[in-house]
Amino acid sequence: MNLQLLAQINSFLAALVLLTSFAMLSQRKINSLVTLFAWQGLFLSINTAVVGFVAAKHHLYISSLLTLSLKVILLPYILHVLVVRLKIRKEMETIVNIPTTMLIGIALVIFSYHLTAPVREMSTLITRSTLAVALATVMIGLLMMITRKHAVTQIIGFLAMENGLFFAATSATYGMPLVVELGVALDVLIAAFIFGIFFFQISTTFDSLSVEQMESLREDN
Amino acid sequence: MMSPIKLSLLSAAAFIIPILFVVLIGGYRRLLIRMAFSVSALASLISVGAGILAVSSSAAEQLILPLGLPSLPFHLRLDQLSGFFLFVVGLLSFFVSIYSVGYVTGLAAGKPVKRLIVFYNIFIAAMFMVCLADDALIFMVAWEVMAAASYFLVMFEDGRSENRRAAYLYMVMAHIGAILILLSFGVMAGIAGGFENFTGYTFDAMREAEFPLKWATAAFLLSFFGFAAKAGVIPFHVWLPEAHPVAPSNVSALMSGVMLKTAIYGIVRVTFDIINVFPWWWGMMVLVLGLVSAVMGVLYALMQHDLKKLLAYHSVENIGIILIGIGLSMIFTSFNLPAMAALALIAGLYHTMNHAMFKGLLFMGAGAVLNATHERNMDEMGGLIHHMPWTSVLFLVGCISISALPPFNGFVSEWLTFQAFLLSPSLPNPLMKLLIPLGAALLALTGALAAACFVKVFGVVFLGNWRGLSRPLLTKVTEVTEAGWSMRIGMMLAAFTCLCLGILPAIIIKWMDVISEELLQTRLITTSGVYDWMWLTPVDPERASYSGPLVLIGIAAVCAITYLLLHVKPGKISRVPVWDCGFKKLTSKMQYNAVSFSMPFRRIFGFLFDIKEQISLLPQRRHPAFPVKSSYYLRVRDRFWGWIYKPVIDAVVLLSRKAGMIQHGRIHVYLIYSFVTIIVLLALL
Repeated sequence: MNLQLLAQINSFLAALVLLTSFAMLSQRKINSLVTLFAWQGLFLSINTAVVGFVAAKHHLYISSLLTLSLKVILLPYILHVLVVRLKIRKEMETIVNIPTTMLIGIALVIFSYHLTAPVREMSTLITRSTLAVALATVMIGLLMMITRKHAVTQIIGFLAMENGLFFAATSATYGMPLVVELGVALDVLIAAFIFGIFFFQISTTFDSLSVEQMESLREDN
Repeated sequence: MMSPIKLSLLSAAAFIIPILFVVLIGGYRRLLIRMAFSVSALASLISVGAGILAVSSSAAEQLILPLGLPSLPFHLRLDQLSGFFLFVVGLLSFFVSIYSVGYVTGLAAGKPVKRLIVFYNIFIAAMFMVCLADDALIFMVAWEVMAAASYFLVMFEDGRSENRRAAYLYMVMAHIGAILILLSFGVMAGIAGGFENFTGYTFDAMREAEFPLKWATAAFLLSFFGFAAKAGVIPFHVWLPEAHPVAPSNVSALMSGVMLKTAIYGIVRVTFDIINVFPWWWGMMVLVLGLVSAVMGVLYALMQHDLKKLLAYHSVENIGIILIGIGLSMIFTSFNLPAMAALALIAGLYHTMNHAMFKGLLFMGAGAVLNATHERNMDEMGGLIHHMPWTSVLFLVGCISISALPPFNGFVSEWLTFQAFLLSPSLPNPLMKLLIPLGAALLALTGALAAACFVKVFGVVFLGNWRGLSRPLLTKVTEVTEAGWSMRIGMMLAAFTCLCLGILPAIIIKWMDVISEELLQTRLITTSGVYDWMWLTPVDPERASYSGPLVLIGIAAVCAITYLLLHVKPGKISRVPVWDCGFKKLTSKMQYNAVSFSMPFRRIFGFLFDIKEQISLLPQRRHPAFPVKSSYYLRVRDRFWGWIYKPVIDAVVLLSRKAGMIQHGRIHVYLIYSFVTIIVLLALL
């Protein structure tokens, strides 16, 4: 396979990751959101394997497998269990309405392309064009955390940000050392567990998972 | 034979044993107290020995501990200066530990004695380590351990909000000081080894460095004010009168007696040993702050009627006197007059030792009174000399010493300070020639006011009749009993040391003269005659000399003759009731009390305080001249609180209110803050 084709595949996968990001931004139902998150993880995993093939870095295959098992299977499963256990069915309210959020998202993508332009000029890696997408994914994840009221969507936003970071690492430098990646993967897993436990506590304390309720914890002054 | 530095390290390590006792035999209160404080006393005694050896030996010893951070091990050094402070700290800790056996046993059953023992020992060990430290790292570690341990000791009775407030104030002041000291070490280490690495963190590296004047000034000012916050120099004195009274008395004795002295050690170490550059205005600043502390400290003390608060303000005064000596020494050094600098430095250090002894003695006496009467207000006491004869005599020794009267030790050091003052006309600067003798006048005023203050203390507490009438629940005078033996022994040892330091100053100054040789390369006493142990001649015999033994013999002779004249014929003395001017209704309320005794000083120096005085006469039934009940209200406040501290506190509260406005408690808002920050930074950079 020639490099040109691989670069094309890489760009295509990047586009898919960005697409899932936007899909998540516009999605109201939590179950669909979890599914979208799993799709994003799948694209990420394939992309990592492709980059590993291109760069002939075999440890990237391991992190690809790790991504597959963790972000496509385990985390969505945990989130799914959480949604079922906490009986979340209703559609979620957003703070800013969805069209506006999408517009802000587009602005962020343009901003990311603008920011990474100097890097694209200097880099020689074939994956260099996807760096902007990775940055945009991070920012869209953060945007999702800001605009959603529900606690579970906040953690999905957080995990999407992590996806973006991972994507940035593979596309900008052909991946971090394996030790670092293993550590990060473990951190994400632990974070998901802790979030899960917290959500149970929060929902029993406030009878709701809307983070707006937590405002009452504020100290009066 | 162990080398002194290992011996001192051993003594510091031995303070772990009492803490182990708490774990092992914590159930047996009496046994625990006895064993724990005996071991503390023994460990302190070892460090006294190490200190004496270190001062007597000619060379400084160094040791590198295999502890500390990677590639930054702890350095220890025992030279004459640290040996001297080790000796002072160890000696008072020895006395106080003996005293504590009785004092802590006498505390009420519910008090947390175990906590007291643990922190007491950590506290003393940390003071030893401060004296031994030879790099910025271990110095700061020991310094902070000392501050934290004493914080918990001040918090001893944490049930009362007043105590918690005092301890908090102490902690804040201690930390402001520690930050300043840390910054000062940072500056010095940066100059010594470069700001990019840590090689300059040892004192050795700092000693060898050549400091440019502006950096030296920065380092000196930072460290001086840092140590001043610990020493309680005005205007950093606010924590002293709050923290000393609420701590247990054995702890107050140590805090006031030796913990403040570690700050003096720090000032001397940094100024004379490490920086070693002396523009004259540094010394002038130290001298002026010392004078202000001395005069204001004693005036504030005069206004107090809480026994321990009064003693705390006297610590401010005495720290001032010590700083006068050190400041004069710095001035003389800056004009290259080493012999006079040595005199002033020795005067300051001698007063350091003396203050440790007599202030320790006074706080121990106050603790004995407190244990017996459960009262801190002097206006409720009186006539204790009949019930606590030992304590009152020993307390009197402390009073005479602190009032700088011969034959006790306070006189010697203040006399030396005066000698240093009187040498100031040989300074080349005409302005200073005129101004510094004024300082001598202020020092004389301080001595006189201190004497007045202790006449008040002794008169009100020990003489006259028991006053405890105003409150029904107060201890009855018949319940007041003499302090136990261990407390008496502790106080007697301290009183005896006061006497020895007072009558044999020549020997002791000869012993500690090596410090001035180490720091200023000159000796104070160069002559040696046949009777030189009897005569203290700091300058030359024609100018002034003092002989402790002769003065003691003179005083003893006068006392003996008076006693013989009065008592040799029986029946010459008759005891009669006090003449009551025909009023027939004398009560113990009519005695002079602390407030009335200090009234003239309130009138004269009233402008220095924030005084609120009210006399209200309640229902006047028949005629205004015959009030049924009259009440007197007096409140004397420190002006520095309103001048310096309150504006700072108000500003901090205001700023936090303003900062609180952006805290909404909504996660989204916080996320937006970070999001916007990231975007802005990305766009700008």
